[in-house]
Amino acid sequence: MNFRHVAADFRVVMRSYLRNPVALFFSLIFPIILIALFGLIFSATGSGPVTVEVLNLDHNSPVSREFLAALNNTSVVKVNVVSDTTVSPSNFASWLGKNDDPVGLIVPDGFAANYRNGTPTNLTVFTNPSDAASSGTVLGAVQGVANGFNLARACSGSVCAPVIGYTSENVGSQVYTYIDYLIPGLIGFSILTSPMFSMVDIASSYRKDGIFRELSLTPLTRAEWLLSRITWYVALTFVTAGIMIGAGVYLFSAHVALTLGLVPFLIVGPFFFVSLGMLAGTVAKTPESAALIGNIITFPMMFLSGTFFTVSSFPPYLQTFAHVLPLYYVIDGMNQVMLFANMSRALADLAVVLVAGLVVFALAVRLFKWRDE
Amino acid sequence: MRLHIFLSYPGPVSAAIEVHGLVKQYGNLSAVGGIDFSVPAGTVFSFLGPNGAGKTTTTEILEGLRRRTSGDVEVLGLDPWTDGAALHRRIGVIPQDFRFFEKITAREAIEYYRALFHTDVDPARLLAQVELLDKIDARFDTLSGGQKQKLGLALALTNNPEICFLDEPTTGLDPHARRAIWAVIRSLKGEGRTVFLTTHYLEEAELLADRVAIIHHGKIIAAGTPAEIIRANGRPERIEVAGPPELATYLEQHLDRPVAVENGRVSVELADKSDALKILGAIEASGLPWDSFQTSRDTLEDVFVRLVGQMDDGALKQETPR
Ligand SMILES: Nc1ncnc2c1ncn2[C@@H]1O[C@H](COP(=O)(O)OP(=O)(O)OP(=O)(O)O)[C@@H](O)[C@H]1O
Ligand SMILES: [Mg+2]
Repeated sequence: MNFRHVAADFRVVMRSYLRNPVALFFSLIFPIILIALFGLIFSATGSGPVTVEVLNLDHNSPVSREFLAALNNTSVVKVNVVSDTTVSPSNFASWLGKNDDPVGLIVPDGFAANYRNGTPTNLTVFTNPSDAASSGTVLGAVQGVANGFNLARACSGSVCAPVIGYTSENVGSQVYTYIDYLIPGLIGFSILTSPMFSMVDIASSYRKDGIFRELSLTPLTRAEWLLSRITWYVALTFVTAGIMIGAGVYLFSAHVALTLGLVPFLIVGPFFFVSLGMLAGTVAKTPESAALIGNIITFPMMFLSGTFFTVSSFPPYLQTFAHVLPLYYVIDGMNQVMLFANMSRALADLAVVLVAGLVVFALAVRLFKWRDE
Repeated sequence: MRLHIFLSYPGPVSAAIEVHGLVKQYGNLSAVGGIDFSVPAGTVFSFLGPNGAGKTTTTEILEGLRRRTSGDVEVLGLDPWTDGAALHRRIGVIPQDFRFFEKITAREAIEYYRALFHTDVDPARLLAQVELLDKIDARFDTLSGGQKQKLGLALALTNNPEICFLDEPTTGLDPHARRAIWAVIRSLKGEGRTVFLTTHYLEEAELLADRVAIIHHGKIIAAGTPAEIIRANGRPERIEVAGPPELATYLEQHLDRPVAVENGRVSVELADKSDALKILGAIEASGLPWDSFQTSRDTLEDVFVRLVGQMDDGALKQETPR
């Protein structure tokens, strides 16, 4: 291994890349687009209160107003009282259906009187089955407020404070939102995709254009050549990760811990995927089959390694599958260092990727040939 | 295999390339069908042959880029396939369809090779030698076909090679650029380097090569200096005049020589120089109109076309003089 050779080849790779406007655009702008897009999609649902359209048939009685105010105070729902002159109980459901966020609540006539008398009375909640998240939020909030009212009524006269209370906190050492989990996932996404797609392409096009033949006539070795590519993609990954973290912080006020623990993953990740891309491109006989093999390897990892969705939310058999995907360990490791400060698990993840990387690197150097037999 | 070393006496020049019984099979196709030749160090050897004859296959076997099926090959005393790494430091190669990194400039390409080979050539000086200095900062994808070939030649020279393998280096070049490459080849020879040159331009081989070999369907059909090949395979020197067919008939009756008519020109073979006066006398004596007298001899190209044509026609249908 001669590092002057690696450095000389690295300069060629870097210049080729920087002089290619399309490649440059994708590596600099694409990370921002990814963060912005997924940040917007996933923060639209989940965070922020769900609006509930309320039809109050109890003539604005003080108890019903108190109930709705308590509901509003949960901060997970936003109560919007609709006038009973525009909608009636019979067409409320169809009216809701025409809304953007069809979630509704009917407070029945005699709600306050029944509450005072201890007569059971029913609230009606309308939810949208296709939007499980907001339905669950509204049902939970209504149930919680109703329980509070029931308890208050049962205890009226005597003193009975709630025994079990709770305060809400997020996992990890800080308050995290979805975007904080998204950043390690999307960094992993670019560690996977940019080397895989371009190495598979390079492996076949360099062979076709005779570039490998040309290089075989120089003292550059295949290991040096591959190392120079890896170095380039490590550099690119640092830039991409920096852009993504910056975009996440700037656009969505993400809170990520910028620890040195991230650095090994930004090195070992590209090391593995550049080698894997080269290996895939080498075993393929034609550019078409190279692209196919590349896609077969890339696509499952793109979605099932914790890039956009956390693996723990998968059904068990998919979780098992995710655990054989190398990208899972890259992303999990970055989650551990950036969010949970769980260094021992991060180290285990790192070890898995490093060993896999060494194996794939050795195989790629062994199998790929400069020259025809 | 090593036997010839003991049998051959030490000559004034050692062989840079030795090939014995070289065979290359692609499945059923025998691209090279058992050829022998040797190239003395410091000489220019030209490999000629029609498309698909096996030139590039042979060249790439010598360069260590392809594996031979059988036969003995030594380049600078090394086996090109197994000692490729050692050989590649000592040879320079420009492949038939030279391509390089698209976005890299000529200067950067030479600097890259210079770093890989640990030499200290000056890119400007090298590019000036191949007349490409004006494109020193142009990217490869903006160069014309001929300029790319020139850059390939410059790169082949970055490691100060003992042998240069040039596979059709002048194909697609304009006449001026071709002469520039010829000058480079001559200077390579002047510096004591060996040049292995394939080309389709026979005048180029005739001008530059000390020795040529003509390969056809994987077999060498003629080898030697250009003059030797012409002497062995060409027709004798002729006297040619423009004139009517009746002139040919007249000359056939009055001279004991083969006479041919081609494209309105009548030609008579010369047995020796003193024939010339006798033939001219007979032409004048015929009283028929004649014009534009010249003597002609076969060029390497004439011989090449005839030899390859004969092989393709089954070697039977020979051009017989009338
Ligand atoms: N990789 C290959 N696989 C199969 N056949 C091949 C291969 N390379 C060359 N051939 C065949 O071998 C024969 C010799 O090819 P080669 O390239 O050596 O010809 P050439 O003399 O260089 O021709 P040209 O003047 O057109 O460059 C041709 O018939 C060609 O089709
Ligand atoms: Mg050829």
